Amino acid sequence: MTSAPTDAATSQSRASAKSEDLLVVTDLQKHFPIRRGLLQRQVGAVQAVDGMSFSVHKGETLSLVGESGCGKTTTGRMLTRLLEPTGGTILFEGKDITHISAGKMRPLRRDVQMIFQDPYGSLNPRHTVGTIVGAPFRLQNVKTEHGVKKTVQELLELVGLSPEHYNRYPHEFSGGQRQRIGIARALALKPKLIVADEPVSALDVSIQAQVINLLEDLQDELGLTYVTIAHDLSVVRHMSDRVAVMYLGKMVEIADRTPLYERPMHPYTVALMSAVPIPDTGRRTRRERIRLEGDVPSPINPPTACRFHTRCWKAQGICSTIEPPLAELAPGHRVACHFPENLIDLPTPTVGRPV
Amino acid sequence: MSTDAAPIVDRSAPSPAGPFLQVKDLRVHFPTDDGVVKSVDGLSFSVERGQTLGIVGESGSGKSVTSLSIMGLHPPGTAEISGQVVLNGDNLVGASAEHIRRLRGKDMAMIFQDPLSAMHPYYTVGHQIIEAYRIHNRVSKQVARKHAIDMLDRVGIPQPKSRVDDYPHQFSGGMRQRAMIAMALSCDPELLIADEPTTALDVTVQAQILDLIRDLQQEFNSAVIIITHDLGVVAELADDILVMYAGRSVEYASAHEIFTAPLHPYTWGLLGSMPRLDRERTERLKPIQGAPPSLINVPTGCPFHPRCTYAELTAGASETERPELVEISPRHHVACHLSAPDRQRVWENDIKPSL
Repeated sequence: MTSAPTDAATSQSRASAKSEDLLVVTDLQKHFPIRRGLLQRQVGAVQAVDGMSFSVHKGETLSLVGESGCGKTTTGRMLTRLLEPTGGTILFEGKDITHISAGKMRPLRRDVQMIFQDPYGSLNPRHTVGTIVGAPFRLQNVKTEHGVKKTVQELLELVGLSPEHYNRYPHEFSGGQRQRIGIARALALKPKLIVADEPVSALDVSIQAQVINLLEDLQDELGLTYVTIAHDLSVVRHMSDRVAVMYLGKMVEIADRTPLYERPMHPYTVALMSAVPIPDTGRRTRRERIRLEGDVPSPINPPTACRFHTRCWKAQGICSTIEPPLAELAPGHRVACHFPENLIDLPTPTVGRPV
Repeated sequence: MSTDAAPIVDRSAPSPAGPFLQVKDLRVHFPTDDGVVKSVDGLSFSVERGQTLGIVGESGSGKSVTSLSIMGLHPPGTAEISGQVVLNGDNLVGASAEHIRRLRGKDMAMIFQDPLSAMHPYYTVGHQIIEAYRIHNRVSKQVARKHAIDMLDRVGIPQPKSRVDDYPHQFSGGMRQRAMIAMALSCDPELLIADEPTTALDVTVQAQILDLIRDLQQEFNSAVIIITHDLGVVAELADDILVMYAGRSVEYASAHEIFTAPLHPYTWGLLGSMPRLDRERTERLKPIQGAPPSLINVPTGCPFHPRCTYAELTAGASETERPELVEISPRHHVACHLSAPDRQRVWENDIKPSL
């Protein structure tokens, strides 16, 4: 990870030329301790997230993708400080929030909100919709012009629910409607950053499209910045401006949407893309699928050096001994691989790439 | 499955005794305090040996209820089932529980969506496979155990000799799903029903499982019904597709026809609301408006009419009269009031260019 901060710095300076960074994450780590025995001594750690560096520009959508267990949700929860990072720094609008206390974090909660994956688990069944969506106003002591009730009803309308739903309970709604309630709650205090953890994966296809469109409209209207966490690559392509691919707690590739989907460089990204089932019967025979063998290794004992080498078809000796740095192989396209794919037009001799 | 390029399976030579599985006018109604839930309401389809039928639809459209009634898994007294389910000339509706129990495993088997709750946590994986095998085959425990190891090896579980004594919780999600497939296939069932077999899995594992189902089907020449909400998955596997809405079949045709020349507005909606990796990215998705109806108060006439953009073209017929599933072109059934010229015009002008 030695060259990562410098890489991050160069790409940040380049990015700040066109847009400001809302969030800058450097070498973020989360290790969950494993304790055993009478004295609860720490015998190991689940290295859920191990050295993530990226920045989020104002008004963009950055997506984190990867298989389950790759640490994308853990990363999202650290960004909203629902989890305490083990190492690294998180700068939100230039302010270090990595280890800020819960009390000091509270005013910042206005600006950083989260949409949760499960619309059934994330709403208190004993509270009415009005109480749920109005909670942020009470907790933050925000006075609204025409009272909280009026504002909540406006929010419900904004997300496509009707103001009469104010006094209903979550169980009276369908999954898509519940997800809208969660979105209304996240929007209540007009946050700057929304971390959306699998916002549509629990929904049916037709409803999923409604919620995706809603999120995009709200972004245009309110100038929101999203960090979305998702595993559905077609949804990610539709929603994101930039995409970061994670594998076993590390970022393996980050790029703008179009280059990433058209010319993925990391073998893992290539494999992920080829595994997506395409709804077209004519392509059944023509498609070359890269079949990854086995499962994701355990993050307790991750493979040495490049963590993907145990499943990678291009792996050679160097992959298990030297960790590939996350190097910028094309403008704005950073990849951590010794043998990247799709290297057509090599720009100037690349930084940190072994010859 | 060998007819990938022209996926319409040769149906000119059906077995003399009729199709292998034939479902005729199946109705499954659940009486509840709020009214009768018409989960399945007049469903007909057939599957031949070696053929795959995909059933797609949103949650609550009756897909899973259909599969459970074929397997005879509705607890006695909860559901009112009428119609016919003819498996190999044997009508299963109204047959004794003991009779169906003997068919389960040997003649028909099922892969469930959630392998953790479908496997018994108290018994080893091997024990559960051996149990099923010994019920249908008079063999010693040693022979059955060897068979179980063979099956685990066949579905791609590493070191099957030692893993056979593991408990389900010691397997990862993808391996558990494989173990369940091994269990379902242990007695060479002639009919395999897979209910959302890959929904809980990552794309890379999903690709492995779909390949596995396809390979095993070729080997055993069994009939397969795959139930899913993911059109990509059925495009990979199915020869025929049945689109369900509110407990009824709205369109039934070969997979190729469903993807290249769909006729029902609901199918158009499903295809339009999916972001697709194989197409240019569009700015906005086209969701189907509204939400699926309650199965207690199914809308009159065509159940889809409150959400249908083209309902007014039918001069009120869709609100009053229930459209029958009719064969519009050879082997292409659709339940819709739109007249042929209208349908053609809408498809050519509005739908086809945007798909």
